[in-house]
Amino acid sequence: MYKYDTYDQSIVDARVEEFRDQVARRMSGELSEDQFKPLRLMNGLYLQLHAYMLRVAIPYGTLDGRQMRMLAHIARKYDKGYGHFTTRQNIQYNWIELKDAGDILADLATVEMHAIQTSGNCIRNTTSDQYAGAAADEVADPRPWAELLRQWSTFHPEFSYLPRKFKVAIIASDDDRAAMRLHDIGLQLTKNEAGETGFKVFVGGGMGRTPMVAPLIREFLPAADYLSYLEACLRVYNRYGRRDNIYKARIKILVHEIGADEYRRQVEKEFLHVKTLGIDPPAEEFERINAFFQPPAWEEGLSDELALSDPDFKLWVDQNVFAHKQPGYAIATISLKPIGGIPGDASAEQIDLMADLAETYSFDELRVTHAQNIVLPHVRKADLHTIWQKLDAAGLAAANLDLISDIIACPGLDYCSLANARSIPVAQKISARFADREADLGELKLKISGCINACGHHHAGHIGILGVDRKGTENYQLLLGGSGAEDASLGRITGPGFDEDGIVDAIERTLDRYVATREPGERFLDTYRRVGFETFKEAIYG
Amino acid sequence: MVEGLRYRDDAAHEEPAVTLDAFLDQSNATAVRLESDEDARKLLPFLDRLALIEVAFPAFRDGRGYSAARILREAGYEGELRAAGDVLVDQIHYMRRCGFDAFAPDKPLDPKAVERALNRYSNVYQKAADGGAPAWKLRHG
Repeated sequence: MYKYDTYDQSIVDARVEEFRDQVARRMSGELSEDQFKPLRLMNGLYLQLHAYMLRVAIPYGTLDGRQMRMLAHIARKYDKGYGHFTTRQNIQYNWIELKDAGDILADLATVEMHAIQTSGNCIRNTTSDQYAGAAADEVADPRPWAELLRQWSTFHPEFSYLPRKFKVAIIASDDDRAAMRLHDIGLQLTKNEAGETGFKVFVGGGMGRTPMVAPLIREFLPAADYLSYLEACLRVYNRYGRRDNIYKARIKILVHEIGADEYRRQVEKEFLHVKTLGIDPPAEEFERINAFFQPPAWEEGLSDELALSDPDFKLWVDQNVFAHKQPGYAIATISLKPIGGIPGDASAEQIDLMADLAETYSFDELRVTHAQNIVLPHVRKADLHTIWQKLDAAGLAAANLDLISDIIACPGLDYCSLANARSIPVAQKISARFADREADLGELKLKISGCINACGHHHAGHIGILGVDRKGTENYQLLLGGSGAEDASLGRITGPGFDEDGIVDAIERTLDRYVATREPGERFLDTYRRVGFETFKEAIYG
Repeated sequence: MVEGLRYRDDAAHEEPAVTLDAFLDQSNATAVRLESDEDARKLLPFLDRLALIEVAFPAFRDGRGYSAARILREAGYEGELRAAGDVLVDQIHYMRRCGFDAFAPDKPLDPKAVERALNRYSNVYQKAADGGAPAWKLRHG
């Protein structure tokens, strides 16, 4: 894991002081809420329905036990004893008081954490593959590049007042576990025919009210040009992205309106200029960062044998454990989706336990996934049963990774001031209704957003649900056929929406049709793609 | 409180700034005002004779002026570069880094607050137009 040096620490410490000063000016009345808003937003502090919400950055979703414990401490001391892990691999606290914000940031800074650029029209926390450094299918660990990007984007003087927020994802496998092409910029680490490291660059993806899958803008970007090229991509956007309409201000609209070819032409031209400015750090800087991401001291020669006589343990292993690149090791996902629970929520006690497990069994590393779960990336197979027992005792052993109850949901109208409908109760009802069938239903990614902004990724759900306000009542639209994986696609709205119970019934009819028409080995998404939209529409509406 | 800030040693330029259109049309003016939707690169052939470029910030959220400033400095412009309009104390640090060296805010600023804001960050991560060494440069010399 990356460790701060004095430069990193001084920047984060200065930010704490700056934000304390801004909060003090707000509390004294020197700053109006209007003037304070863009400042607090740049620091992840939102004014929500009931209280302030603070979003803490977890860069590329990686953290250690000490940092995880600090998240529990903040939940306990400043919130109501829990936190909410988000689709951007961050954590949010929903019951923060403004007067505490400075102290929270100071606490975070003691463990090399912050809330910098977790909101605002700037470059947000870079996301990555939660299995980075552990998965067998990666070209290399993408996180050193993500850290380089974190530093470059932190307080970038030119790109802190962009037309709209800007999200970057970096992956290093052909299997996309980070919804890379649904980001403003998606980067895939790759090697060219000469064996040199570089990136495929996708620009202009996103969800929201105008979802788009990002087109390929550069087939191979040499690693040495990494930041210059990103700077060119951002500069073209900063200058020409629309600012007349907040709903058309994301880069996807610019790329769509002028076309990928024209955007590419402008970026390449800008890049030729930017490259002369010397903004790319030398290779030594990448090597310095890369040294922090060397594989931990895995034991050699461990057995891959695993005793699976306990049926509940076997269920969990089958569902939540993923192959590790090192023999005898595994990647274990801790589901934050207990049946009938709130997706992504964890109590301070649970967070502490996960920190303990990471320290004892996973080389002191944890990951947050964009599906709002937690990963122990490097565990010995021999320890899996003990880990599972401890998780089970803490209510964290749901064996449902990628099943229908592993729901992504935004906070919705229970918390969010933008929402039109509640997401959490719908998630809870769906989870409870289908839990008994989910093993049979297989991989099924269900995603719920409480408004058109799509924080719950409904466009990318195999089954998506969008909550809208229809004449003052909550109404839920059903979408089918989306995917945030390497086969990225956008879901299609089936037809008229439903009320809260109606949407659960409509999903049941959808699933029944899937079970009746599937061929052996087909996931729901495969069947949908094979038999088509109309078959399911007919099942849903009769 | 101050209505203008200037971080230059030379004498203030007295000539009023003309619009970009007026500048390109005719004149041998030495001061020009760039609106936020205007292309700074149109000025590049004339930088030698310009002593003042004023860049408009109609709203602090409109960040196009930051790119305009860098483009002008990257092209070698050394005259006064003034940010005018909705310029607030919390943006001045970024503006200085992008190459602005004068400020004409709509609302007067507290010079002490500006001083604090400009001195708060002793380290930066990026190479920009202010000559400040990025952390990677300090790490590797």
